[in-house]
Amino acid sequence: MSLPNIGRFRIGALLLVIIGLCIFPFLARPYLVEVAMIYFLWMILAQSYRLIVTIHDWQLYHIVLYGVGAYTSGMLAKDLGVPVFAAIPLGGVMASLVGVAITSLLLRTKGWGFYIATYGLAEFIRLSWLRFRNPFGGSTGIIDIPYPPVAGGIDFSARIPYYFFSLGVMLIILYMLYRIEKSRIGDAFKAISMDPMLAASTGINIPRHRLLACAIGGFFAGIAGGLLVHRLGAVDPRMFNIVTMLYLLIWVVVGGTNTFWGPMIGVSVMHTLFELSRPLIQIRPMFFGLSMILVLLFMPGGIESLISKAFARWRKLPEMPTAEAK
Amino acid sequence: MTSQTLIQTIANAAAVSGMYALIAVGLTLAFGVMQMANLAHGHFFMAGAYTVYALYALNKWPFWLAVAAAVGIGAVIGLAVERGIFRPLRGDVVAGFIATAGLMFVFEVFMGEVWGWGYMRPVPSPYMRAVKFMGASVAFQRVIVIPFAIACIGGLMIFMRWFRLGRALRAVAQDPEAASIQGININRMTALAMAIAGALAGIAGGLMSTIYAVTPALGGHIILPALIVVVVGGMGSIGGVTLASIIMGFVNTFVTTLVDGVTAFMVSVAVMALVLAIRPQGLMGHVVT
Repeated sequence: MSLPNIGRFRIGALLLVIIGLCIFPFLARPYLVEVAMIYFLWMILAQSYRLIVTIHDWQLYHIVLYGVGAYTSGMLAKDLGVPVFAAIPLGGVMASLVGVAITSLLLRTKGWGFYIATYGLAEFIRLSWLRFRNPFGGSTGIIDIPYPPVAGGIDFSARIPYYFFSLGVMLIILYMLYRIEKSRIGDAFKAISMDPMLAASTGINIPRHRLLACAIGGFFAGIAGGLLVHRLGAVDPRMFNIVTMLYLLIWVVVGGTNTFWGPMIGVSVMHTLFELSRPLIQIRPMFFGLSMILVLLFMPGGIESLISKAFARWRKLPEMPTAEAK
Repeated sequence: MTSQTLIQTIANAAAVSGMYALIAVGLTLAFGVMQMANLAHGHFFMAGAYTVYALYALNKWPFWLAVAAAVGIGAVIGLAVERGIFRPLRGDVVAGFIATAGLMFVFEVFMGEVWGWGYMRPVPSPYMRAVKFMGASVAFQRVIVIPFAIACIGGLMIFMRWFRLGRALRAVAQDPEAASIQGININRMTALAMAIAGALAGIAGGLMSTIYAVTPALGGHIILPALIVVVVGGMGSIGGVTLASIIMGFVNTFVTTLVDGVTAFMVSVAVMALVLAIRPQGLMGHVVT
């Protein structure tokens, strides 16, 4: 009996959050609405990164794929005149292809060497934006990227319509990732991360699943990049450096990667702290670095594990009499 | 390229190779013993550079005493990181890797807060002489790292081959469980490996502090080339990493001189990708099953 109750509780909480997010832009200051849109992008990034992490490929190029999406979408819209709403998914496709290319190159490199090599190749892509002034614009990047057009009588270049557009895209992506997690493919990913030998012996094709995880995760990261670039109207290589990647890693690890909700909690908590600590910008990295080390040492499941433990204890108390009655 | 610049470039490339070797051999030694390695290793190098800056440039200690202090500081930081991060996380490669990524942030902010952000700390060169060779003059200070790299790595290889403690390190690298059955204290061995790694990074940082701009960002600049050297040479192989640091040192310096630094970095990543595509375990790495 308790399971449907939890399910109903979760759905209720989720609906409350979504309703809150729908009211939010009408009440908040414009600056906060912009910050909220950045949150949505981080949610997509953290969740899509978690999909790759469930298969244990802790790569360090996810932020660069976000950049690939941003550059592709921006350049398609600016230089080739592709409509913005078509350019964004094309950016996702490009990011997905780049991710698959990098991982397929490194499929046979294991463990620590794999992580380092992904870091190197990510820097390679980022530096090529810096190196080739034509067409990538060098260190100043690309400016004057078109804003989204008026569609169906709604001007998507305005703040509030774009807020709802990115909210919608985020919710769709999160739902898709949730379904993937609960599907057969998601189970195969988890099996590979737990025991690759056993997974292979049950007939799971490991390289193919690793590439599939990369392709899906990269696609969504690229879409996040497209969403970013058509709001900012500009893009430059500094936005996608290793420091940003380490922050993504911190959000995901501190939130916890064991369940679907962990990275979202991580983004909500840590990115809020990140925004609040703007006055301390110089020493901010130390706080986040330390928090990641402490979480790894003392709380390997992340914040999410604390919450679910507390939740389990809170739920157990009223249930105890029924257990005795049996 | 004239013959003079050619000779100068070769000398520079040799110096960069020596520096890479000092940093990367420490990384690979730690990797061999723990199956993990330290992303914050470049920050050990930076700690060595700042030590020489503080003692030699500010407090007028003799240069060599300051370098010796940098070695000591590097070893102490190595021990502390082993005790605080690697020992509790032993066996969890991903956690060790991510935790040291966090450590990069901690070190960088610490150095920035102590020594100031955005300042280049100049360390005056103790030896103003230049070596004249076939019409080209090469600054003595620039190549001083080469004999040290040869001596340290040669010494380490001898230590690993003929000394009891070095053989114990190799035994742990091959099979920790069997080694501990033979009475080898694994905690002591990982501590030793990290202390050696830290000391090597400290000496490299101390010697190169006169050439590099000593800033809080130095550690982040130096680490990626060193990591690439380790991956190319083969994780856990000292010989392979020494070979790789010579290759990458020359590739990097020549492309930097002929084109520019960004291109040089891209070429070295391309070399890495090529090596990994053909030999996934690196040039002289062992296949991990």
